[in-house]
Amino acid sequence: MVRFLLRRLLYLVLLVAVSTSVAYLLAATQLNPRARYEGRNPPPPEAVVDAALDAVNMNDKTPVARRFGFWTRGLTQGDLGLTIEGMPVNDEISRRMWVSLRLVLIGSIVGTILGVAAGAYGAVKQYRPVDHVLSVFSFVALSTPVVVLAVLLKNAGIGLNNGLGFTGETKLLYTTGEMTPGLDPWSLVGLTNRAAHVVLPSLVLIVIAVAFYGRYQRNAMLDVLGSDFLRTAQAKGLPRGRALIVHGLRTALIPMATFFAYEFALLFVGATFTERIFGWHGMGEYFVDAVTKSDVNSVAGVTLFVAVLVLIAGFLSDLAYAALDPRVRV
Amino acid sequence: MADPTEKVPVRDAQPAAAPDADAALSRGRLVWRRFLRRRLAMVGLATVALLFVAAYLSPQISIWRYDQLDTSAFLSPPSAAHWFGTTQNGFDMFALTMRGMQKSLVIGLLGALISTTLAAVIGAFAGYFGGVLSTALLCLVDLLLVLPGFLIIAILSPSFRGQSWLVFVLLLAAFQWMITARIVRGMTLSLKERDFVHAARFMGVPGRTIIFRHILPNMASLLIIDATINVSSLILAEVGLSFFGFGVQPPDVSLGTLIGDYAGAALTYPWEFYFPAGFLVALVLAINVVGDGLRDALDPNAGVGIRS
Repeated sequence: MVRFLLRRLLYLVLLVAVSTSVAYLLAATQLNPRARYEGRNPPPPEAVVDAALDAVNMNDKTPVARRFGFWTRGLTQGDLGLTIEGMPVNDEISRRMWVSLRLVLIGSIVGTILGVAAGAYGAVKQYRPVDHVLSVFSFVALSTPVVVLAVLLKNAGIGLNNGLGFTGETKLLYTTGEMTPGLDPWSLVGLTNRAAHVVLPSLVLIVIAVAFYGRYQRNAMLDVLGSDFLRTAQAKGLPRGRALIVHGLRTALIPMATFFAYEFALLFVGATFTERIFGWHGMGEYFVDAVTKSDVNSVAGVTLFVAVLVLIAGFLSDLAYAALDPRVRV
Repeated sequence: MADPTEKVPVRDAQPAAAPDADAALSRGRLVWRRFLRRRLAMVGLATVALLFVAAYLSPQISIWRYDQLDTSAFLSPPSAAHWFGTTQNGFDMFALTMRGMQKSLVIGLLGALISTTLAAVIGAFAGYFGGVLSTALLCLVDLLLVLPGFLIIAILSPSFRGQSWLVFVLLLAAFQWMITARIVRGMTLSLKERDFVHAARFMGVPGRTIIFRHILPNMASLLIIDATINVSSLILAEVGLSFFGFGVQPPDVSLGTLIGDYAGAALTYPWEFYFPAGFLVALVLAINVVGDGLRDALDPNAGVGIRS
């Protein structure tokens, strides 16, 4: 099993390297950082622009291969280069990373558990009202763009605040930012305040994850429900509930393990919209701003972050796979 | 995928009562009959048709064009003159929404056609001939897993800014086909070993012909379902990209640009946001319901989705 996991890890690391390189090369060739200086009036002398672009390794007069080599050398020392404003990308990422991770982690963990539970429950109660309600929910949720979902939840939150009389400074659920400024982030007041901020944005991601997982888990569970081993388990005297969970759900989870890795990239893209609507300054916002500003190093930095995230999720899903399916362990 | 061990849904046991009548029908008629029996899918199909007609006929009915300003009505709520109200600049929201829906429909349909064709051809060739193409396909799918298409199209967006929206459709389709291609490849691998394919090969039929005449027609159901689902996922992808300004560019409008422009006004001027958003959700939901009904009709053993 260790060999299986090592081989997967090596493959995943290779994928991250390739995908980040592709992202850097695409960004370096397609984005135009020089445009930042072209609109100025009076126009700055070309030598000044060149010097400014050289300082951040984004001068389009330098061959792409040289820029890429310079960037890779920095990367091997853990340095992601400078943003177009000349600030270290590392600082920016470490400041924003937890903002997004908080959303994506809560969304994926809560969403996965709820989605798996809902899907399995729906399959057990096939064609009953509960199953129909769950199916309709996941159908509608998967047909709604994240943007619309985020706006709807935000407005629902504002409506709830107004309806319950939270019209002053203190709100039940906050709809902008991740914390009221000026609070100590680790005091009790700060933590509850942050919790009140995180509910709505993470709810957006939870809804997506539940809809996504619920649908697949229901199918996987339905496949298992008709199987012989489940009937045998009950025939030998196992209570139905135990048989369903130990023999049914466990088997139905195996094909789902592959989706874990998938879900992470999906939720990160979802987080981009959520951050924009709820005014969080996370990695998603950073990516969008970086593309609009032609900030090559920042774009590459964010894609590396996403790739590493998927790598970790992919490795965890391989671990889950090995834990669930004994055939892999041999 | 359709697995013979899958549980057969109880409802589909009904037609078994008259096996002779069903056996006399052609497969196409049979599928169509099963599709008609799904009430929800029929409602979905009718909704899609209605929205399509509305999107293309409304410019004839409405007095306002999508790029026309009414300088006497800024930000007016829905009224007899402006059915869906107007924007800050006096654009008619009804005309904008219909125009946006036209664009979304074209992007979805065209993109789905391109991406399903790509998936079918590349997947089948990779499965049939194997080798480099097969390995490359598997690597591409994995790469896409790590680097979502959304990010790549966003990075590429500045370079297609000045060009026609067709480039955008091509790009969307270019990042949509890979996962289906992998499924097609897997199915081709098993179809390749079937007797009728062997027979064709031993008679000297070239591989290219076998793929188009024997292999692809045998997975028509998968491809039809995939194309339907692709329409809705491409419409959603367009909305996401256009929301950030990475997709359809002004002065052109799509449902995505409308939602992006007026998401902030949802609380103060709700008609600016809820009309395009509502039409979008209705459209995507209807397409998904049709896709689900098609799946049930084409593949009665797949116990997927909601039933009417």
